[in-house]
Amino acid sequence: MKAAKGLVFKYGDNVDTDVIIPARYLNSSDPAELATHCMEDIDKEFVNKVNKGDIIVATKNFGCGSSREHAPIAIKAAGVSCVIAETFARIFYRNAINIGLPIIECPEAAKGIDAGDTVEVNFDTGVITDVTKGTSYQGQAFPEFMQKIIAAEGLVNYINQK
Amino acid sequence: MGMTMTQKILAAHAGLDKVEAGQLIEADLDLVLGNDITSPVAIKEMEKMKVDGVFDKDKIALVPDHFVPNKDIKSAEHCKCVREFARRNEITNYFEVGEMGIEHALLPEKGLTVAGDVIIGADSHTCTYGALGAFSTGVGSTDMAAGMATGKAWFKVPSAIRVNIVGKPSEWVSGKDVILHIIGMIGVDGALYKSMEFVGEGIANLTMDDRFTIANMAIEAGGKNGIFPVDDLAIAYMKEHSTRNYTVYEADEDSVYDEEYTIDLGALRPTIAFPHLPENTKTIDEITEDIHIDQVVIGSCTNGRLDDLRIAAKVLKGRHVAKGMRCIVIPATQTIYMQAMEEGLLRIFIEAGAVVSTPTCGPCLGGYMGILAEGERCVSTTNRNFVGRMGHVNSEIYLASPAVAAASAVTGRISCPCQL
Repeated sequence: MKAAKGLVFKYGDNVDTDVIIPARYLNSSDPAELATHCMEDIDKEFVNKVNKGDIIVATKNFGCGSSREHAPIAIKAAGVSCVIAETFARIFYRNAINIGLPIIECPEAAKGIDAGDTVEVNFDTGVITDVTKGTSYQGQAFPEFMQKIIAAEGLVNYINQK
Repeated sequence: MGMTMTQKILAAHAGLDKVEAGQLIEADLDLVLGNDITSPVAIKEMEKMKVDGVFDKDKIALVPDHFVPNKDIKSAEHCKCVREFARRNEITNYFEVGEMGIEHALLPEKGLTVAGDVIIGADSHTCTYGALGAFSTGVGSTDMAAGMATGKAWFKVPSAIRVNIVGKPSEWVSGKDVILHIIGMIGVDGALYKSMEFVGEGIANLTMDDRFTIANMAIEAGGKNGIFPVDDLAIAYMKEHSTRNYTVYEADEDSVYDEEYTIDLGALRPTIAFPHLPENTKTIDEITEDIHIDQVVIGSCTNGRLDDLRIAAKVLKGRHVAKGMRCIVIPATQTIYMQAMEEGLLRIFIEAGAVVSTPTCGPCLGGYMGILAEGERCVSTTNRNFVGRMGHVNSEIYLASPAVAAASAVTGRISCPCQL
């Protein structure tokens, strides 16, 4: 899998899928349209500042609440290359893998990395490097089965290939 | 090492004698569910798959309930997409406006969920059916698409938390207070990736509607599923509503739990979750200041069932909602609506100055039918009080039982019926 590299947007505990993509926009399922409202209720400036390849870092239970797949879809369509968190809510975790949005659990990285740092993630090794600070962390590698889904860029392709 | 209730159901559906926590399995599905928000995304994904159609037209349930009757053109287009997919694939359990209800109240009522089932739904509150002893869990749209196409889903077998329920609840304490108390105790990620298995003699003192409410909010503690043992009450419910065969799975004596808690129902007090997380709980006795509110919502997949409406009506009978207060009552299904009508509950609500809506998820997720303006506060029997969940980012939601919601509608501030 290709490595991710970008600037970090940092958030705290329990970022729920309602703030990632508020339900008032769920009358659309178009990724590009959803992306224009990504993170709107927690960080109004996110969509204006985010560049392709940037990385979201958060602490506990990222993506909790509603099962809306629109949340990882919006993040991916906004150009985010990876989400690093201490832990992910389980439905968000599944959804991210299923749509091919790279995510990685690493409590130390989630604590050590700050907003605005440049971070690189190697998905093959699970190594997360904070280029700005010159530190690196070992993230939790995915089980082989999930790696195959991510490598196929999502569950649909994975099933089609089987 | 023995297996939990959840592990036994998963093992049986994966064709295995034994599974253990952490194991990745592929399980056969008894039901795949979607609503008007999640199904259009799933349908688009399924169309990319090299399959002829759905795996079993009888094992898919499509329930437009979030933005119906359609709130705008875009939601009408989504519903049209779901309707046409249902028609094209001859989906048996598609529920049009007039038949529909809030999905997690509707499916058990229609007999589509029974003990021993493995159910996935593209809605996080799919965990509700654990009240009947099923393994049911929320997933996203792509999982729903794969489920509809193949009849299978991948799972990581969860470990479990055991909640031992004892005692008998006092008046005005119901299932909502039980689950809010538990979430307040363990936190919104207290059961992350895990099953919440509810056991104990106290369960006999909880109605089916209480149990649906408790299982429904397992996700609010991060849980993969919530599940109850199958007792006479659950069997009677299934016999009344379903013709399907059910299978009872009991946890092994030597099953292992990550954590165990005991909840004494008799010690619980009406409990309220303050903004902006379900874990920010206080009992009614811990609220020392007046918290004035603008709106009350009584309904949702959490608390829109007949017991809930009966309790609310008991509080509102002969009383009136406070001046300037909006009180919105939403029976969760058409059957519940009709029962409430026949029992005279709707008259009580309307005479008290509440409005009664057709079944919809509307206000719970800030869709429509009760959106909050900046600075407004709502006491709601729904399940989430996140920032902006019911409207403006600077509005506030207080989660509570139907009893507390109804009493608060009368006084205009957070109140318990015992204070009226």
